Amino acid sequence: MSESTHHAQHPHHFFDAEAGPVVRPYAMTRGRTSSTAHHRLDLIALVVPEPAAHHPVHDQSLSPEHVEIVERCEDTPQSIAELAAGLDLPVGVVRVLVGDLVEDELVHVTRPVPPAELPDVNILREVINGLRAL
Amino acid sequence: MVFGRSSDNRRPVEPVALKILVAGGFGVGKTTLVGAVSEIRPLRTEEALSEVGRPVDDTAGVEQKTTTTVAMDFGRITLREDLVLYLFGTPGQDRFWFLWDELAQGALGAVVLADTRRLADSFAAVDYFERRGISFTVAVNCFEGAGLFPAETVRTALDLDPGVPLMMCDARERESVKDVLVAVVEHALERVSGERRHATT
Repeated sequence: MSESTHHAQHPHHFFDAEAGPVVRPYAMTRGRTSSTAHHRLDLIALVVPEPAAHHPVHDQSLSPEHVEIVERCEDTPQSIAELAAGLDLPVGVVRVLVGDLVEDELVHVTRPVPPAELPDVNILREVINGLRAL
Repeated sequence: MVFGRSSDNRRPVEPVALKILVAGGFGVGKTTLVGAVSEIRPLRTEEALSEVGRPVDDTAGVEQKTTTTVAMDFGRITLREDLVLYLFGTPGQDRFWFLWDELAQGALGAVVLADTRRLADSFAAVDYFERRGISFTVAVNCFEGAGLFPAETVRTALDLDPGVPLMMCDARERESVKDVLVAVVEHALERVSGERRHATT
């Protein structure tokens, strides 16, 4: 019995067409759901390409998604959340892919600083001035 | 910076990203508020209410709203090349609260957007930020057709601490939303400066 007829006979299977692709995005990560990076990348962690990453397309070990992440961050560093939305991928997948790029030293990631640990509170004044000037 | 290279002269300034949360009841205007100031179209997963969702999502008083935000909903404001502010709309329904904790971590502050027609919908958000010690500002979204109540009435109804800023706003108006965000950051600044003074004396 083929997969499709199996599903047709079990219409109440827990996932169906409307559930969308439940597995495929993680094929891009070769099944990995977490990266080797030591900590979970924050949603607003910014991905900053390293100078060595200028021609990532030549690196055969990279998937098109890896390359696209580097390219998207080239002009303006983007957050994990933005990359997930832009690439239309789950945040978990983007975390793994960015983790790979960190490992390969093609990008580095900024760690968001909680307000209480900001080295300089003047940054908050700059935020206020920046908002007013919008 | 865990991955930052302080010796890297080519990028002397690491970009700093900060986030502000936008919370409030279902259909109160969180997505509208984010959209009013974001330089990108608010990014989100928005799905039509399903048959499953309908009995849960009480749309009494907000009949115009036919979809609900079920995932992260955010916007970006680049204040300077190296200073970026992200706005995250928190999921409006209680069953998605598991998403809140990650969003709240490291947040500069929060806006609790309130609708005076359904003020009770704001209780959960106010309670959440009070318990976690996250500084927040209450912004009453002045919908057309919603009775205007004096700020003190709303403050009493929400049982807010005297230090919590409360203001009226129009979530559709960029200038109004800017004022709300400025109030959030000013409140956070007072708090951080206060803590530092306390720590050094």
